[in-house]
Amino acid sequence: MSTVTATPVRGGWRQARYLPIAASLALLIIAYGFGATRYPAFGDGQVVLNILIDNAFLLVVAAGMTFVILTGGIDLSVGSVVALSTVLCAELLAAGLPAPVVMVAVLAAGAVLGLGMGSIIHYFEIQPFIVTLAGMFLARGISYTLSTESVSLEDPLFVTIAQTPVELPGGLRVSVSVLIAVAVLLVAGYVLHYTRLGRTVYAIGGSNRSALLMGLPVARTRVGVYTISGFCSALGGILLTFYTLSGNSSHAVGMELDAIAAVVIGGTILTGGSGYLAGTVLGVLVLGVIQTLITFEGTLSSWWTKIVIGALLLVFILLQRLIVGRAR
Amino acid sequence: MSRYRLFWPAAALVALLLVNLVLSPSFFSIQVRDGHLYGTLIDILRFGAPLILVALGMTLVVATGGIDLSVGSVVAIGAAIACAQISALPDQNSVGGVFGAFGIALALCLVLGLCNGFLVSVIGIQPIIATLILMVAGRGLAQLVTGGQIITVDSDPFRVLGGGYWFGLPAPILVALGVVAATALVVRRSALGLLVESVGGNPEASRLAGVRARGLLTLVYVFCGLCAGLAGLMVSSNVSSADGNNAGLWIELDAILAVVIGGTLLSGGRFSLGGTVLGALLIQTLSTTVYTVGVPPESTLLVKALVVTVVCLVQSPAFRARLRRRRKPPAPAPAEPAAKVEVPA
Repeated sequence: MSTVTATPVRGGWRQARYLPIAASLALLIIAYGFGATRYPAFGDGQVVLNILIDNAFLLVVAAGMTFVILTGGIDLSVGSVVALSTVLCAELLAAGLPAPVVMVAVLAAGAVLGLGMGSIIHYFEIQPFIVTLAGMFLARGISYTLSTESVSLEDPLFVTIAQTPVELPGGLRVSVSVLIAVAVLLVAGYVLHYTRLGRTVYAIGGSNRSALLMGLPVARTRVGVYTISGFCSALGGILLTFYTLSGNSSHAVGMELDAIAAVVIGGTILTGGSGYLAGTVLGVLVLGVIQTLITFEGTLSSWWTKIVIGALLLVFILLQRLIVGRAR
Repeated sequence: MSRYRLFWPAAALVALLLVNLVLSPSFFSIQVRDGHLYGTLIDILRFGAPLILVALGMTLVVATGGIDLSVGSVVAIGAAIACAQISALPDQNSVGGVFGAFGIALALCLVLGLCNGFLVSVIGIQPIIATLILMVAGRGLAQLVTGGQIITVDSDPFRVLGGGYWFGLPAPILVALGVVAATALVVRRSALGLLVESVGGNPEASRLAGVRARGLLTLVYVFCGLCAGLAGLMVSSNVSSADGNNAGLWIELDAILAVVIGGTLLSGGRFSLGGTVLGALLIQTLSTTVYTVGVPPESTLLVKALVVTVVCLVQSPAFRARLRRRRKPPAPAPAEPAAKVEVPA
């Protein structure tokens, strides 16, 4: 539970707590530079934007995960909640509900699920790991019970949002999902770094006891971060339906690992209390660049992605361990 | 105390079996064909054997206050290595070749367990995170070994481990029971179990008492890796193939569930091997019941979610304290706890 914030100050970017974030930035630049020198097409601006388009939903989910991990918790249910949201979208639209109502309902469902898990974690003092594991079973179970097949979405609003490109200067394009993801990141960054809620999140991660003794609203905040994560997962699910235009209970299997990996590679410490949302964005980009690199290599072996992500996780966790150890 | 702790999982198992008796009377029929036993109950034991093995390893890890998320990946790696070795043999039916493949697969799983143990005990990383690394990378490794394909083998000696019969009983049951018995003997007839529990109960106090936590921690992760590897051999032998993608998928969750149902506290400090075996059998019976009753198999996940929640709530001191407080006022409301359990839904 020790935090890096207690590091002896050496000032500016040389402070130890910036080291992981600097490392992931360096990694991103190296990976991108490697790709750009090896394949001329890799340097194209649209390839970079495609990484954002392909990972918009992961950005949103990982932002929610950052809140949870900063309090020292973990949320294993995110992948299942994403899948559940896509299925709910499909089923509710099929039931004849108007698209805006469906979106609000799905977001509410995700938030309520997170609220429930957060309440159990906080009030019954059960480890977040096991509660969100049950949540993972539950969400996946509900979505399988609703539908085992892939249902395609034909609602005009969903199709329009999915297929409308957002033109950028220079003939580049992004999707609407990317704009939504950027908006979520801006809001999340503001909340985390400039509000009372954000400071309480860091305080709880630093030391739950101290936060309690200081009279901070620990209960509200701890339940709140899981609610935020549930909401972000549901939103991620909606963004995924824009991407695939389908609801499928087998979507996003293992996505919780990608989200956790992105947060860790972004330099947030898993015991909580130290990290930045910007790091999480870098983490998602690193994963995206690696994915694109492997696609460009043309080996078509998704297993290399897993092995590389595992190796990166190892390196970054060892790096964190080194820094935390020195801070003591 | 121990008898009391085994009561609930045993009662749940009996209740589930009774439900089956009502729903499908043929559930309990056991036939003898060619000197082998056949029947649904035997199948539960046979298909439950890998889960028993994985959960056995997990129990000791959980007893130290840790958790091993990588077991599913280790199952897949063990299966992949063994099948890759056997398929490369000039004669797939050679007993020596099959044993050699077993040896290589198990040795690798031992090394993987050693890696987990090293990260947890020497580097001091949280167990969830340390084993998460292998969980992510391991499935990639398994797919690398199988080349992303499903390796099928045609080897009679290999098939025995998962599908064979010894003394009229399916071999996997006997292997799993043998490992459980040997473990129980080593852990409970020596001080090893006590030491593991002391490390889980209070690491600082046991360090002051001179317990070498480092070695013990490494040992339990190595044991867990070996158990998972053996389970992987069983799973692949049963279907005569290795699938890097799907072998052992979700088994870590079932194993953790079995351990928790068996009465081992997730915070560590004490464990019950018998409880874990009962828990694993309960989960396997649950899955089989869902299939035989004709409920869509997807619902197993829902049932498991409810079981995990209820078991954890019952184990939680905070929850029990709340219940007690609520019962004291004049009108005790028995419906209240049930309603509380539904909330996570």
